[in-house]
Amino acid sequence: MNRITQKLGSEQPVLSIYFTAGFPTLESTIPILETLENSGVDMIEIGLPFSDPLADGPTIQASSTMALQNGMTTAKLFEQLADVRKNIKIPLLIMGYFNPILQYGVEEFCARCEEVGIDGLIIPDLPLAEYEREYRQIFEAHGLVNIFLISPVTSEERIREIDKASKGFIYMVSSSSTTGSRMDFGSAQHDYFKRVADMDLNNPRVVGFGIKDAKSFEAATEHAQGGIIGSAFIKELEKNGLESIPDFIKRIRYI
Amino acid sequence: MSYHIDQDGYYGRFGGAFIPEMLYPNVQELKDNYLEITKDPAFVKEFEALLSTYVGRPTPLYFAERLSERYATNIYLKREDLCHTGAHKVNNTIGQILLAKKLGKTRIIAETGAGQHGVATATVCARMGMDCIVYMGEVDIKRQAPNVARMKLLGAEVRPASSGSKTLKDATNEAIRDWINNPVNTHYIIGSVVGPHPYPDLVARFQSVISKEVREQLKRLGVEKPDHVIACVGGGSNAAGIYYHYLDEDVGLIAVEAAGKGISSGHSAATTALGKMGVIHGSKTLLMQSADGQITEPYSISAGLDYPGIGPMHAHLFESGRATFLSITDKAAMEAGRSLAELEGIIPAIETAHALAVFDQQEFEKDDIVVVNLSGRGDKDLQTYMDYYSL
Repeated sequence: MNRITQKLGSEQPVLSIYFTAGFPTLESTIPILETLENSGVDMIEIGLPFSDPLADGPTIQASSTMALQNGMTTAKLFEQLADVRKNIKIPLLIMGYFNPILQYGVEEFCARCEEVGIDGLIIPDLPLAEYEREYRQIFEAHGLVNIFLISPVTSEERIREIDKASKGFIYMVSSSSTTGSRMDFGSAQHDYFKRVADMDLNNPRVVGFGIKDAKSFEAATEHAQGGIIGSAFIKELEKNGLESIPDFIKRIRYI
Repeated sequence: MSYHIDQDGYYGRFGGAFIPEMLYPNVQELKDNYLEITKDPAFVKEFEALLSTYVGRPTPLYFAERLSERYATNIYLKREDLCHTGAHKVNNTIGQILLAKKLGKTRIIAETGAGQHGVATATVCARMGMDCIVYMGEVDIKRQAPNVARMKLLGAEVRPASSGSKTLKDATNEAIRDWINNPVNTHYIIGSVVGPHPYPDLVARFQSVISKEVREQLKRLGVEKPDHVIACVGGGSNAAGIYYHYLDEDVGLIAVEAAGKGISSGHSAATTALGKMGVIHGSKTLLMQSADGQITEPYSISAGLDYPGIGPMHAHLFESGRATFLSITDKAAMEAGRSLAELEGIIPAIETAHALAVFDQQEFEKDDIVVVNLSGRGDKDLQTYMDYYSL
């Protein structure tokens, strides 16, 4: 069984962290991964930086720009991840935009992911139709699950279509926004989480966009199997550095 | 071979809709409705009435006698520079705002580089009484102050794009982010034949009025079809418009990109010469990028041509060999712009001047009928002309 599916089968809500590879420094990738696992995080999305991240808000944009300035590339990331499975046991996904993957070569990219032990991919600008048209076979040949997104404006019919095409989990974007929205979850979010939970889908759901603390994590995971924190984690790294990671995770999880 | 969009939204291997799922309902709504709405006789009537009484169409097809004499051929200029707001851009914004109204949208967003599309959007929003927000790179806001003032005077809000290189591609990113945040009441008026399907086709259809008129105007002169049609290409909307009705006919299509300071200078916007297949702003197309797939910043003296990609239709015209792609340097364009002013009394936009510079690069037959899309007027570029020629 895929590591992702196994992890999401557990009772406890899954805490997943996103960070941008190459930020704050080029060589932070492995130390961040190790610290996150040691701090009790369940799953990690490694962000592949892109010059034009159009689904991201200012925090992740700025971290991507910095990562590129630091010299992060797709080839460099795979180099850093070469021995990652010697120590890291939790599920790892790469989250990135499609163009750098296309340039690396989709086949080659997937092969490298399999080699280093990546479990899945989240590519916001590779929607279902384009994935099915040219890329599904390549992803699956390398044992990679491709994670699709849904948002509050996704129709029930479309959610069912995505559920059918999904493996691993469905990424529930919490509100109609880019990443790092400062708004608290209100009744509209609760209704949306509940509505989708009641659809009795085949795949577990993990909520992302807008989770920043224990309270929002708890709200997000009341009706979903997990939550992803991205922008709030990047901000923490920016402000307090890698040493603050264990405390940051504790604050989310054990309050 | 077909040069039109196929049912999956592709031109050959270019096009598609590479959009985040958050935009799926918006783009799907457009895709499901754009053909039906824009073909509806009532829509066509309203669109044509506005083009006629508000934009000033049909624009003249002018025989440039002295220019023709200099280059020993027959040059006709399609005078899109005489459109209201000074360029062809308004053909598309009129069409899209009528479409937005039919879809029940109340808020319009747009991106702009030089400000021409922003002005054309602000204009139609004022005319229709719709809220208008235009995203513009911080760098461009400084470079194009008169157009910023025009947009404000027309009641639009100009929001600076301060991410990335702070120019057109970043303004487009910001507009897309706005659309993600406002998925229900907002329509995004894209200014060129770029973006996710159905935008390239939608914009090409609205701009196709240009070649529809050229065809009628030439026929009245007893000319069945031109031998060559020339247009400049940034994203490619004026080129798409003047090629549209000639795509399947034996007419030479010449597309002119901005070479900037020279193709190998590192300061260029010649996408077909320098780009590779990639995905930008929701479309798979030719794209200027690093080996690692990061989008690079193009350069041209003309702010309307410095887009790092081209519309998927043009990528297909290039790859299939249907159109000939040339590139023109800043210097050659500035000289061609001045020549037109001196020979014909018309000051062209610097974008358009690139198309006119082709006559110094390529010879045409004495009997050839060559139509150039005079896509915009040069008023907005006066400062650049002044600086360049120390006027």
